[in-house]
Amino acid sequence: MSSIHPDQVTAQQLAGLARLPDRGAPAPGTGDGSLIDDPSVRSPLVLNQRTFKEVTDIVCGYTENKPGKWWLPTLMVTGSIAGLGGLAILYLVITGIGTWGLNNQVDWAWDITNFVFWIGIGHAGTLISAILCLLKQKWRTAVNRSAEAMTIFAVICAATFPGIHIGRQWMAWFLPPIPNANNIWPNFKSPLLWDVFAISTYGTVSALFWFMGMIPDLATLRDRADMRLRASKTGPLIAPFIPIRVDAVRAYVYGFLALGWRFSSRHWHRYEAAYLVLAGISTPLVLSVHSIVSFDFATSILPGWHTTIFPPYFVAGAIFGGFAMVLLLLIPARELFPNMKDFITLKHMENMAKIILVTGSMVGFAYTMEFFIAWYSGNEYEAHVFKFNRAIPTWMSERGAPYWWAYWAMIFCNVLSPQVFWMKKFRTSPMAIFAVSFLVTIGMWFERFVIIVTSLHRAFLPGEWGMFYPTLVDITTFIASCGVFLTLFLIFLKFLPVFAIAELKAVMPQASPHHHDGHGHDGHGHDGHGHSGEHHAKGGHH
Amino acid sequence: MSFGHTNKVYTTESGEVVYAMVAEFETPADVYHAAEKVRDAGYSKWDVHTPFPIHGMEDAMGVKRTILPMVIGVIGLTCAGLGFLMQWWMSGVDYPLMTQGKPFATWQAFVPITFELGILFSAFTAIIGMLFFNRLPQWYHPLLKKDRFLRVSDDRFMICIEAGDKNFDPDRTRALLEGAGGTHIDLVEE
Repeated sequence: MSSIHPDQVTAQQLAGLARLPDRGAPAPGTGDGSLIDDPSVRSPLVLNQRTFKEVTDIVCGYTENKPGKWWLPTLMVTGSIAGLGGLAILYLVITGIGTWGLNNQVDWAWDITNFVFWIGIGHAGTLISAILCLLKQKWRTAVNRSAEAMTIFAVICAATFPGIHIGRQWMAWFLPPIPNANNIWPNFKSPLLWDVFAISTYGTVSALFWFMGMIPDLATLRDRADMRLRASKTGPLIAPFIPIRVDAVRAYVYGFLALGWRFSSRHWHRYEAAYLVLAGISTPLVLSVHSIVSFDFATSILPGWHTTIFPPYFVAGAIFGGFAMVLLLLIPARELFPNMKDFITLKHMENMAKIILVTGSMVGFAYTMEFFIAWYSGNEYEAHVFKFNRAIPTWMSERGAPYWWAYWAMIFCNVLSPQVFWMKKFRTSPMAIFAVSFLVTIGMWFERFVIIVTSLHRAFLPGEWGMFYPTLVDITTFIASCGVFLTLFLIFLKFLPVFAIAELKAVMPQASPHHHDGHGHDGHGHDGHGHSGEHHAKGGHH
Repeated sequence: MSFGHTNKVYTTESGEVVYAMVAEFETPADVYHAAEKVRDAGYSKWDVHTPFPIHGMEDAMGVKRTILPMVIGVIGLTCAGLGFLMQWWMSGVDYPLMTQGKPFATWQAFVPITFELGILFSAFTAIIGMLFFNRLPQWYHPLLKKDRFLRVSDDRFMICIEAGDKNFDPDRTRALLEGAGGTHIDLVEE
């Protein structure tokens, strides 16, 4: 029971103050976790040949021990920013939509930009949890929990914006088909209503998937708290002089949420079946959600919006921006949390950098194709939007686009910056990946701004042309949504299992029931998991 | 747990009713092979507790494939159909709404919401069905009172044979578990 009554060194390791011992690579050339050129050699998913016990201790340690000194100050900053958003929204509700920079011509601007931005970010989490699950990409197990958490927090931020932009926010309950005194129903032929159903389904299914995945790990946290309670009569209290132990609260709360999970194989069987079905239905769901978001634009007749390329273009862009956000969150996290690099290895970084390169190029293709069709269709309104609303700078033509800088910022960030990932040096450098992810996140915000505002601000009649300028309320609300997102993520890092512990264990080589069979019976029963640290390098990789 | 069984009720030396006998194993391979032995000995009320799902354990235990995916499919499709009917009735019958010059009940426009509702209720069925068939939530369970059992959530592998099984016999069951390589064999009180 060393993890229950740890000695000094173990206690420090568990508390994240010291690193666990480095055990090196199980096979030459596989140590740093980056991809190996020889396809017959798989690089390990968990580095340093961790035992099951070490995995449990490391991951549970993140919630059970005091977080690093950076955590609370950061939380206070992001929490305060989030609080400002509450004030901005309150001001908006009691005053009116005019507090935003919207006007008669540009009647959707930052509100819908932010909505599409956040909902897109969520898509990476579902891609990791569902599509990569169906594709049997085992590396996903190290990132799926945090990516799914990110999805849910992004959906929360996203859903706020349509909720507050409707004008009379207290009428929001008219969105779902609830019987009302007017005896009318919502318009089911409107893409905006499809969006209501798509977003609420997406948020609900993501939360269910996330929670179900967490049940076994919550049970692990429950059992550890329970073991400490039984092993000792004393322990840290929730507050001085209040005779309630922290572990008692943990055992109760995690125990409640774990629903009495007891790691039964009969349960695991149905659990895995349900998990696979959820992955199977989440895959078309995630593709449908951003398609339906794109219908908000594509089914209108506005030049710049009325294009059939929108659904796949939006989905690719969503995955692109989402992976950038996953990396923005995880690269600092793996530096700040001890031993996290054992799970999130360079291989994970490189895989995600490749996804960014692929989806970034798809987005670049879509930008090009939009332009091509605007010219090839011969539709002068469409051509005008792309030439004079977006691309040509004001200093090149007097009809030029006042928002040209937004368009070219988008091209630079989304199409050009990911191209550095063709070079392995950049794909395996966390600093380079972080920098590109930062640019991509900015670029994807600008993409939505360009699509929405530059299409609207100069539509058919020149007499109606106008500009959009954000107000302080616009800016505060957007920055506050980032604050809400980060606050929720920081709380998640502290209080919930950051990795899918059971899934991580299941992809470790010693998890296979045939791990020893390939080696005869030499090591049977004493070295698969134990404390000796002796492991077979590449057993059971099937 | 075991309704209407006619088995003998076993008690421990202190007079507590026995719920089950448990044995510990060190590795997935050990517990996998032990499970095959317990299955072949003809037990039915028993289980293997592992920190993560072990690949192929269903076969080693002789567990039948779950009907859960079928249930999800049936309920999901039913709810998608009901969702379509809801839209058709609301837009086409109860309050016919003419928009965009389209007919009142246009099935094409109802496809996205029909799809989303199908997914939504499939997801609810998946998780609620999983819990229902697993008889969860069950916050009290005799096994959870056992100190060593809690290590299953870390790195231990356990086989638990219930006293309610018709083949259960303290001596023979213990011998079977010992023969299969189990350690720390112990009785669990109800």
